[in-house]
Parts: sequence; C-alpha cells; structure tokens
Amino acid sequence: MDFEQWKGFKTNVWNKEINVSDFIKKNYTMYTGDESFLSGPTERTKKLNEKIQELLKKETENGGVLDIDADRISSLLTYPAGYIDKDNEIIVGLQTDAPLKRGVNPFGGMRMARSAAKAYGKEISRRIEDAFEFKTTHNDGVFSVYSDDMLKARHFGILTGLPDAYGRGRIIGDYRRCALYGVDVLIEEKKKDKQKYGAEDMTEDNIRLCQELYKQIDFLGKLKEMAKMYGCDISAPAANAKEAVQWLYFAYLAAVKEQNGAAMSLGRVSTFLDIYIERDIANGTLTEAGAQELIDDFVMKLRIVKQLRTPEYNELFGGDPTWVTESVGGMTDHNEPLVTKNSFRMLNTLYNLGTSPEPNLTVLWSRDLPENFKKFCAKVSIDTDSIQYENDDQMRKVFGDDYAIACCVSAMKVGKQMQFFGARCNLPKLLLLALNGGCDEKTGTEIAPKMAPYEEDVLDYDKVIERFEKYSEWICRLYINTLNVIHYMHDKYAYEKIQMALHDTLVDRFMACGVAGLSVIADSLSAIKYAKVEVVRNENGLIKDFNITGDFPKFGNDDDRVDDIAIYVLGNIYNNLRKHKTYRDAEVTLSVLTITSNVMYGKKTGATPDGRKAGEPYAPGANPMHNREKNGALASLSSVSKIPYTICRDGISNTFSITPQALGKTKDEQVNNLVSILKGYFDSGAHHINVNVLNREKLIDAYNHPEMYPNLTIRVSGYAVNFCKLSRDQQKEVIMRTFHEKM
Amino acid sequence: MTGKINSVYTGSGVDGPGIRTVVFFQGCPLRCVYCHNPETQPLSGGEGISSVTLLERISRYKNYYGDEGGITFSGGEPLMQAEFLYEMIKLCKNEGIKTAVDTAGSVMSDTVMSCIKEADLIILDIKMDSEEDYKKYMNGSYKKTVDFLDACCKAGTDVWLRKVIVPGINDKGESVENLVSLAQRFGCVRKVELLPFENMCSEKYERIGLKFPLAGVEPMDKGRLEILSRQIPEEYK
Repeated sequence: MDFEQWKGFKTNVWNKEINVSDFIKKNYTMYTGDESFLSGPTERTKKLNEKIQELLKKETENGGVLDIDADRISSLLTYPAGYIDKDNEIIVGLQTDAPLKRGVNPFGGMRMARSAAKAYGKEISRRIEDAFEFKTTHNDGVFSVYSDDMLKARHFGILTGLPDAYGRGRIIGDYRRCALYGVDVLIEEKKKDKQKYGAEDMTEDNIRLCQELYKQIDFLGKLKEMAKMYGCDISAPAANAKEAVQWLYFAYLAAVKEQNGAAMSLGRVSTFLDIYIERDIANGTLTEAGAQELIDDFVMKLRIVKQLRTPEYNELFGGDPTWVTESVGGMTDHNEPLVTKNSFRMLNTLYNLGTSPEPNLTVLWSRDLPENFKKFCAKVSIDTDSIQYENDDQMRKVFGDDYAIACCVSAMKVGKQMQFFGARCNLPKLLLLALNGGCDEKTGTEIAPKMAPYEEDVLDYDKVIERFEKYSEWICRLYINTLNVIHYMHDKYAYEKIQMALHDTLVDRFMACGVAGLSVIADSLSAIKYAKVEVVRNENGLIKDFNITGDFPKFGNDDDRVDDIAIYVLGNIYNNLRKHKTYRDAEVTLSVLTITSNVMYGKKTGATPDGRKAGEPYAPGANPMHNREKNGALASLSSVSKIPYTICRDGISNTFSITPQALGKTKDEQVNNLVSILKGYFDSGAHHINVNVLNREKLIDAYNHPEMYPNLTIRVSGYAVNFCKLSRDQQKEVIMRTFHEKM
Repeated sequence: MTGKINSVYTGSGVDGPGIRTVVFFQGCPLRCVYCHNPETQPLSGGEGISSVTLLERISRYKNYYGDEGGITFSGGEPLMQAEFLYEMIKLCKNEGIKTAVDTAGSVMSDTVMSCIKEADLIILDIKMDSEEDYKKYMNGSYKKTVDFLDACCKAGTDVWLRKVIVPGINDKGESVENLVSLAQRFGCVRKVELLPFENMCSEKYERIGLKFPLAGVEPMDKGRLEILSRQIPEEYK
C-alpha cells in the first residue's frame, strides 16, 4: 500500500497490513519536556465552549435532557448533518441534527427506549413503533430465554446491572484505522476476509462470522456516506492533522450513532494524532496554538456525546456518563515512553475548557514515564480531580503496548480484543443467602438451592465458609449462563457493526464478570473469624441482623489477616467462574468495580456481619469501607494493592481522596508527594486509582448549594462525575468516604 | 529492644520532606497548652513494640518514600526513649530509609546525641521566645532548646525549625522575627515553618478526660498566618 497522504512517514509493516501500533512506534516523537509549551484556548475555542456550556445548562434546567428526536431510529445515515456553530467548528459531526438532541436507539430494547422518551415528555413515533413491531430486540431475545433462576437472581439483586435492555458497550473500535488507511482499504481487507472464510466449512460459527463480515462491510460503506453528509470524503487516508482528527472522529461518531452501549470508549488516540500534528508543524502548516485548538475542538465534541436513558439509569450512574475513555501515556514493549506533546495537550483540555467528567482521561502509568509528564499529571489531578491512573507496567505484560481502557478499568488490545460486559455479582448478598439457606434475607423468598439455614447462634468461620463456597459454585454457574444468554442475543440482535469493522476479523473475547461489596464481605468474614458474631433472627427464623462483640481486623489497614480473606474470596469466585463454558469461548476475567451503583447494591442488601446496617451503601469498587481505615493513606493503599491482578484482569478500582493540606504545604510539595504516592502504589503491584485532592467541606457546601458548583467534577469509581448530577444518596455516600487528612 | 508507641500513621505529606510514615512515641516531659496529641503525653499507656516489629511495619511502605520521604519519629517526645529511638534510626538506615526526629529539644544525653548524629533531619519546635514563656506555657526551658539546636549543628545534622502560632499568645510579628533571627544564628537550619494553631483536638481532650487549656481559643486565621509567613526569608522556605 502506498498513498501520497503518507508522505514523510517511515514505512514498515504497517503499510503492508492493517497495523496502527506499528505505525505509531515507527513514527511518533517522544516528548520528555515539561508543559511550558502548551497553549491556552483561542477566542474561537472560548466562544464555542461558551455555547456548549449554555446548552448543557439548559439541558440541566430541562431535567437532564434537552431534546429528543423521537421520529427516527438512530443510525449512521438517519439524520442530516448537524452543527453547534457551523462557521466556527473545526471538527464537525453530531449524533443527531442538533447538539444534545438525543436519538432513539431501540435495538437493545423497545421498552427502555419507550419509557426513556416518555420520561422526558416524548412519544416514540408511529414509524419507529411500526418498524419494531415485527423485529426482535436484544431485550426480547434475552427475556425469551432467561430461566426462572436467572430472573430471580436479577430481581433480588444478586446479579445486577446486567446489559440486557440496552447496548452492552465496552467495545473499542480502532477508530485510528479510519484516519490512517481511509475507509476503502478497510473495506477491501474485510472483503478479502469474507471471501476467505466463505470458502471454509459453513459451521454455525463460520456462518455467523460471514454474516458479521457482511454487516461490517455494509456499515463501512455507510460510514463513508455519513462523512459525505458533512462534505468529507474519507475513502482515502487523512492527509493532515485536521483530517486525521476528523476521520477518526467520524469513525467514533458512527459508533455512538449506531450503539448506545453503556461505555463507548475512544481508545488510545493522543499519541497517534501527535504524529500528524508533528508533521504539519514541521512543514509549517500548523502552529502549537492551532494544534491545541484542534484537540480542544475534538474534546468539545466528545463532551457532548449523549445517549437517551431512563431517569432510573441516570440516577444509578450519576448523570449520564458515556465513558469516552481515552488512555494517555504508557510505554512501548521496548520500554520507551509513548508520551508525546499531544499527551499533554489532551490533559490540557481540562484547563482550556474547564473540568468535565468526559472524556474519561486515563493515564497509563509506568515507573519509567518521563518525570515531567508524571508531574504534569499530578498537577492536573490536584487542580481538577478529573483523571485516573492505571498500571501500565502491569497491563503491558498482558496486553502488549497498544491496549486501551474501556469504561473504567478494562484493558484490551485495540482492534484485536473485545469484551462481553458482565456487570457484577453482589457478594455480601451472596453471603447472606448462604446463611439463610438460599432465601433472600429481606423477603424470605427462596431464590437459590435450598438448604437448612445456619442453626447456631454464633457464627463459626469454617462453617460459614463451607456454606459460602457452596453458594459461590451455584451463583458462578448461573452468572456465566446468564451472560452467555445476554451476549448470544446481543450478537444476534444488536451486533456492533461499525465497531467490529474496526477490529481484526478474528478477535479474542473476554467474558468480563465482576463483583461488588468486596470490603463488606472481607470485613464480615473477618468479624466472624476474629470477633464474636451472633445472629439475630426474625419471627420466621430468617437471619436479619448481627451482634458483634470485640474488635476485628478491617480491610484498608494493611492487615494481612483480613486482606488475605479478600484475596481468598476473589480467588474462589474466579476459579468457580472459570469452570463453565462461555459463549464464543470467551476468556473469563473478573473486575472489582461498582461504578456508582455501590449505593444501589447496598440498598438491596440486608445488614451484614461487619456491622454495616441494612440498606447502607457499600464502599465503591475495591475500596475499604468508609472510615474504617485507621492507619493512614499508605496502609489503605497497601491493602488494595495486594489484590492480585492475575485473578482480576478486568481491573481493580480504587478511589482515593486526600485533602490538599495532608498532601503538602506548597503546590510543588503536593505535586512531588502525589507522584511519590502513585509511584509507590503502582510499584507495589496495584492496578488502578482515582485521585481526588479536595476537602470534605467543599463537597458538603456543594451538597447544600449545588448552584454554586455547576462544574464540580470528582472521580467516583473508574470515572468522573459532575458532583451535582449525583443523586442525593450518592452525594451523601461520597461525602461519607474516607478523606485522608492531616494527623 | 522494646519501645512504647502510641500509633503509626502512614502517608503524611507535611511531617518532613516527601511522603512519610509518622511514628508517634508515647510519653512527653512537656505539657504544652496547645498540644494536639494529649493522648501521647503520659508515660503510661501506649503499645509496647519491638524494634524489629516496628521496622517491619514501617518498611512496608518503602516504595512510597522515594528519594526524599521516609520515617518521622514524633510523639510525645521521641527522645524520651532515646535508646529505642537510636536503635530504630540505625535499623532504618540499614534499610535505606531516611529518618527525621520531630522533637521539642527538651532532653539531652549521650544517647540523644547519638540520635541527633544518626538522623537525617531534626524537626525542632521552638515554641516561645523566652525562659519565662517556656515555663508558663509548657513547663519547659528556652535555653535548653537553644542548646539542643546548637548540639544539632555541632553534630552536622540539618534542622527545620517550627513554631505553632497561637492567637493571642505568640501571633505577633515579633514572634516570627525572633524565630528567624534564631535560625540565622545557626548554620544548620534549612527551613523555618509556621503552623497554625487548630482547636480540633478539644474532642480528644474530652475523650481522655483532660481539660483542654486553650478551650475557647479560635483556630489561627490562615490569611493572617500567610502574612506572618512572608517574614520568613526565601532561603528558609
């Protein structure tokens, strides 16, 4: 392959095959300097950003949704071109024909689409209703197969947040391919594959693959058409930086028009784009201010990506996150930093445009990243509370050097691996179920295989563990089976055509399971082992509460006695999950991540043996329970860092809040100390951290006077939220969390 | 060897350079009116711990200390258990962990001198500026404290000077002036810090059944402290 658009690039494997990673490594310019080169926002950027801020404000005033196009079905060619301010946009393209107007996407489920539109005063049009009258949605498919056990586990909150009524998301198209190769090359490659596999035996698997290829090719054609509506011909490669950003964005835009997946992550584009920017700057067609303006414009577009959700969904996740996760930094397999000036520019958007939860900026941390970059990241964290960090030294060993994060903590090789999102299993609830012999602790309803409830009054560790292990075996089988149903149906009825077109034809798949309430179950088992826990039964003999006498080790204090229990629980669950056959032979992975639903899981779960009251929120992700950490920040981090990534390959989320006063006296000290903390944490084998540097008082003030803090962004659990968009309960839970303070 | 500690706190960014683990020793000869760790004052109480166990507990966080951070021995008065402290400083040194001693400089002995020599940094509280005030507010001696500072310099160990600024007691410009001129008399002083008096410890006093001598005194105004800090020359910041 050779294109004049590639002039000046060093050739290698990437121009013989689709191989973006090779292109990057051959052509990128590493940057080890500091942030002093960065440009502020241009007048044009400021104006456009003001316009967006106004629209977002109107959206909030309007109850969370500005407008809905209820007449058409969201897809690549459904809407005419839309603009925020046509003459002043550098990068163009909107999901519908107007900014923040949401499209209807009923492929995941009609009921969800209908009730979401209705909640905001719109009726799904007759046209859409008619179109779907004889069409099976993903949701229809799943519920036609769900067994009674599955329905019960879902209803009673043992398996929660399952993607069975909307797009599963967590798939990252390699949007860079569109810019580097242009769409025609991608179509040709897919056609070759279709011919190749079409000649093989037509087994069920191969028939599915061939049909998928047909859909991919069809949608690559539609992608070109979509770009044409905006006056761009993307059949050939991008010729300059502006085109590279635009081509790439078109590919991403097509994905979010087609799919309403929970997490629609962007991948790892900053360093890729830097190559084009460097080339333009070198040949005098672009300035630093122009480069920053390009990235600012791109990020503005990403910030207004929205899906139509029900108010319940928004409440669960705190606003309507889309997890436009962009992974920045990291190293090559030869241990060279993949940091470029554009890594800085991407983070600089938080200064130029103000803080924002999206895109979900994720720094891939390595001990060998340039010190200047580490310091800049720490400074951005202290100033904005808007970025998260994940351990590149750890992930690179598993995923190579061209992976990205989907959603919050899920790593995958870009364009080569995808995952079947599996939400999570409520572990404390499972423990209570085991104690009550298969009955729900709140209602007494039998929801799991029955056995005699725990008979004695004082809980014995070994006996409890024996029960827990039995029910763990049961739930893990049910969990995998449920996910198999969901993903079979999603592939069948809501296949991600454009995203998968931007993958290799043969991909590796992960079955991404998860757990919630890790610190609650660890502390509960620790209480049973090291203190005395008596059960309290109701009149029907159902165990409803616990009396605890004596102290016990609690997760988050770097005490191996309880930290080992947490590790044991995860190992047990992981091993049980792996016993079962998965759909498309996906490899089972496990995450410790709750997003903001730790509040909801807590609500659905009775009192636990650690002293947590019925209905009280869990700690998020792998966090120690609120304010049970007594030995300071490092001890807390140390407990979490012990959880082995080898058994939690889908990520271990930790949200860390420290007051600026505890971090250091001057800004320089704070920056250096935060770098030391991150370095120590990741060198100790930890996987992920959200960093908030703020005072509880600020959050309390924002709770009481939300109008004063319209843009207060904080990290919660694998992503950032606008604090004021959290529900009151979620806000209270965030305020309750441990803030590491000065002694 | 066994010592008596009150608690260990990990991850402080404000008790010496870098990220530090702070070991609070049990017992103090002084009774400062604004003491914010009154539970560490009595010699009774605390937890007996062997030097090996304590070393294990604090060296777990070695990854976090970096080039600057390390352990700060505080209290209480760590130098009241000079033998144990000396042992700890040596053990840390063997492990490659930097040490700082946060002290009021009120005790002196040969072992204390050994501690001063071995430690990487002495953080010395200069609480008041006269013998009279030292007597009145903490039952201590100004002269002894200055002698202690002199000893640190002679031992060649770096010193940070600190002063807690309490409204109505030592919050005048003169108080900072005195501190700075003291620093200027001794070449080993690297830094001069002012700390604001806080009254958040009143709950602690209640819990352990003591009367907080400064109950009712407002916390030091941060803006005012900022203004006072401007008197500190750049080389001590």
